[in-house]
This record gives sequence, structure tokens and C-alpha cells, in this order.
Amino acid sequence: MNAITVENVWKEYGDQIVLENLNLSIAPRAFVALVGPSGCGKTTFLRMLLGQERPTRGRILLDGAPLPPEPGPDRGVVYQRYSVFPHLTVLGNVMIGTELRGARLLGRRFGAARRALADDSRAMLAEVGLAGSEDKYPAQLSGGMQQRLALAQALMMKPRVLLLDEPFGALDPGIRADIHKLMKRLWNEVPMTVVMVTHDLREAFTLATRILAFERLRDRPEERLRYGATLSRDIDVWPPRIAGRTTLYDADIPPGQDDLTAFGQVPGTTRHTGAADHAAHSPLA
Amino acid sequence: MRLINRHPGRAARLFLGSLPFLILVVAYLVASAARLADNPGDKLLPALSSFAQAIETMALTPDRRTGAYLLWSDTWASLTRLWAGLGIATAITLVMGLAIGVLPVMRALLAPVVAFASMVPPLALLPILFIALGLGETSKIALIVIGVTPFLIRDLSLAAAALPREMIVKAETLSASTWLIALRVVLPQVMPRLLDSLRLQLGPAFLFLIAAEAISADSGLGYRIFLVRRYLSMDIIFPYVAWITLLAVAMDLGLGGLRRLMFPWWGLEGRR
Repeated sequence: MNAITVENVWKEYGDQIVLENLNLSIAPRAFVALVGPSGCGKTTFLRMLLGQERPTRGRILLDGAPLPPEPGPDRGVVYQRYSVFPHLTVLGNVMIGTELRGARLLGRRFGAARRALADDSRAMLAEVGLAGSEDKYPAQLSGGMQQRLALAQALMMKPRVLLLDEPFGALDPGIRADIHKLMKRLWNEVPMTVVMVTHDLREAFTLATRILAFERLRDRPEERLRYGATLSRDIDVWPPRIAGRTTLYDADIPPGQDDLTAFGQVPGTTRHTGAADHAAHSPLA
Repeated sequence: MRLINRHPGRAARLFLGSLPFLILVVAYLVASAARLADNPGDKLLPALSSFAQAIETMALTPDRRTGAYLLWSDTWASLTRLWAGLGIATAITLVMGLAIGVLPVMRALLAPVVAFASMVPPLALLPILFIALGLGETSKIALIVIGVTPFLIRDLSLAAAALPREMIVKAETLSASTWLIALRVVLPQVMPRLLDSLRLQLGPAFLFLIAAEAISADSGLGYRIFLVRRYLSMDIIFPYVAWITLLAVAMDLGLGGLRRLMFPWWGLEGRR
């Protein structure tokens, strides 16, 4: 079954057509990058997946069922800004999701339940490289650390789909490379489908299994109002990446031993690296 | 070096800050001495010794008729009214301001009437309050509540509505209900703002308090000032005004300190 199915979706704001005639399906555990020029409706599409906005026409299915009309815990999100709560400590930010889900009246856990949750949250923070920052406030973290926190906060809910809206767009190149590594590992270990909006093609090819380009096919001034953007390219990244496995190109290959077929251990272009075993012991799984 | 780039040091700041106070005091003393030299019976600008005597009478000597220490009983009566008014106003604000800020339906229902109510001049309502609620404590507290609440509500609901939409959506993806969003995401983030706007409303609150006391009361700081005005007792009025100012300043500093203590994250964003 497809994780996400988009059937004949249009989005209009009054007379302005933003997106037209989108048809696509996204496989479970895929990592999809949405690219395209500014104003081509990438973020609008992401908001529709999130449930923050509804398609004007057509429908979106999540695991075969119609998408709920409002955001919920099955779809996590990380934005470029405002993803974490400034009034909570790092630990509080990671704990709040579980607290909100479990305590419907006060939204807080006390006693043993709180201690257990705090331990889980610390493990998650260690997983994203934020051990030791538990008692800081987000404003005291760097941009890259804030985004790590936002990822940890979203992953605590074990979402089926993780939506990323240009999450690493404001980071310095070095920090961005580090967080790309983390993002890859999380995607490999956590059973989730990822949809990421980005304007950075390099980032898209570094992380994604599939790249969707949105574009206005008719873009003359007199056409802009009545013709929206649509899916113009749909690229499967090669060599194919499969969640939980490492591709040929990502693997550590010892010098002089680059002909992996000589070892008789490699099915196709991917090989088992033990990432799935690691996942079984990880708090993320 | 340009003037705009000159920053005074710690000692210089202290000196500059106290300079206007010094000038005021010296100017008063000179003017007072000049008037008293002309006419030793002058009541308009009394000497410091008269102030000391008046303060002793009001604060440290029991009143001949009631046996009460007037300054303290007046202060207690006024602060009770003020705190009751501000407390009720804050409670109403928390409920209505949050509802307006968080729920589009409540905003549609209440925002226009609150905006309208905030334009009614509260002092013009005072006769109505005296007629409807009597001359006792209720009408004075009600005046403070009516005068202060609409502004607090508007400020709080604006602050709540100004939270980034992303933050609300994020809370929804963390399985929060409307109630939990209000309780754990919006409320803690608007509380520092509420304390700040409460500080700004201290001035109007004292204004309404003193106006109500001036017109009808049997104790209170405003009552005393307007009572002794008949005898031109500047030696009592000046210390009372200074005392009221001191109380307001102390409450302002107290609320500011409370905000820093309770919400250490507030302001971190800008400082970084």
C-alpha cells in the first residue's frame, strides 16, 4: 500500500490557481524531496499533507484512508523557524508531546511517569547529539542544535510521516552536512516516510530517494492567475536508497577492494550494513 | 568621537540618573526658603521640618479620634481596593483574553464588544457605579476593574494571536487538544506579556482609585489628600503623593522581578 496517495488535487485561493492536477503516490519509507522555484506551491502542498490546508479539489489518502482535516500526531513537522517552544527547556520540549498525549487535562506528567518519560527523552536527545543541553532554553542553542531538538521533539511521537519545510535552509554549510548525516541515520532507523521541501538541489540528491519538481508549465504574465504549478519531474535517485540499508555510494569501501561483487555478499546495488540491527536496539525504533 | 557613540560608565550613569532628582529637591528648597523668608506663615511650600512633623503625626502618632495610625490605615485601605481590582481584572483577562486570542469563534463574538468597552471613559461611569453599587468598596473596585480590564484583554489577545501559526500547528502534531494548546503553549508564552501590561496599567489603576476615593470614602490615600486640601495642608499632601508614587514604583519593580523569576526564557531571544 502507498503511504501517501494524491489523487487529482487542485489548490486555489479565490481566482488564483496555485497547484493543478497533482497525481502521485509515495511508497512507505520513501524520502521524498520537493523542489522547485519560489512560489511554485511546494509549501502549500506540504501544508495540505499536514492537514493545515485542504485541497480545493481532489483528495489525499494516508495509508489508504482519507487524510484527517487537521494536523495530528501521525504526521510530524519540522519548520525552518518556530519549530520548538521557546518557553520550555530542551528536555521539556522533547517531553511535551508525550505529556500532551497522555495527560489530557493538565498536559503534564508527575512522579514516576514523569521520571520514566524524562529518561526516554534524554535517550532521544543523546540520539540526536544534544546530550548535556537538557536544561538550556532553545534560544541558548545554535541554529543547528535547535533543528536537532525539533527533530527529536517530532520523533518522540513516532509519526508515520515526517514533513520537513526547508528545515536546514538557514544553517551554515558545515553544520548542514552534520545534520544531513543525522537526518539520513534517523530515516534509516525510524520507520517513517519523509517528505522534505527544499530549494537546495544538492541537499535533495544527498538525502532523498525520490525527487519531485513542481513548476509552472505556463508562466506568461497573462497566464499566471489561471494556471498553477504542477508536477513537472519525478526522479528516482540512483543508486536507489532503501531505508535501513546503505547504498553502494554511501558505503565505506576499503581502498583496493571496490569490487564488492568479488566478496559475494552484495544483493543488487545495496548491501546490508547492520544499520537495521542497530535500529533494533535504538530508542527510536 | 560622535556623541552617539559615547556610553557613560556605571558611576556616571548613577550620577546622571540622580541629577534630575537633586535638581528638583534643590529647586524646591530654594523656592521654599524664599517664600518662608517673605512670610513665615506660608503654607504653599513648607520647609523640610514641617514635612518631618507631618509625617510624624500621620505615621507614628495614633489619631486622637479613632486611635488609628492614619498613614498606615489609609495605605491599607487603598492597597486592598487596588489589589482587589487588579486581581479581578487579571482573572477576567486570563479567561477572556485567552479565549479571544486562541478561538476564532470567541474572537468573532467578543473582540468587537471589548474594543468598544475600552473606549468608554471609566470616570464617566463613576456616577452610575455609585448609584448602582452604593458608595462602599464595591463601586471603587468595580471602577478599577472596568477601567483596566479592556486594555489588559486586548493586549493579551493580541499577544496570543501574534504567536506564530507554526507553533500552534506544531502543538497539534504533538497531539494537543484546543484546551491543551491554550494551557501549555499559549498561556505560558503570554504570561510575561500580561505581567508587563499589568505594570503599565498601574498608573491608570491608581488614577481610578484616587478619583473614586476623592469623591466618596472614609479612608484611603486619595481620601486623605482631598480631605486636607481644605486646610491647604501641603505638609501632608506632598508626603502622601511621594508615598503613593513610591508604592507604585515598588509594585512596578516587584512585577518586573516576578516576571524575570517566573519566566527566565523571556527576552533570551533578543539578547543572543
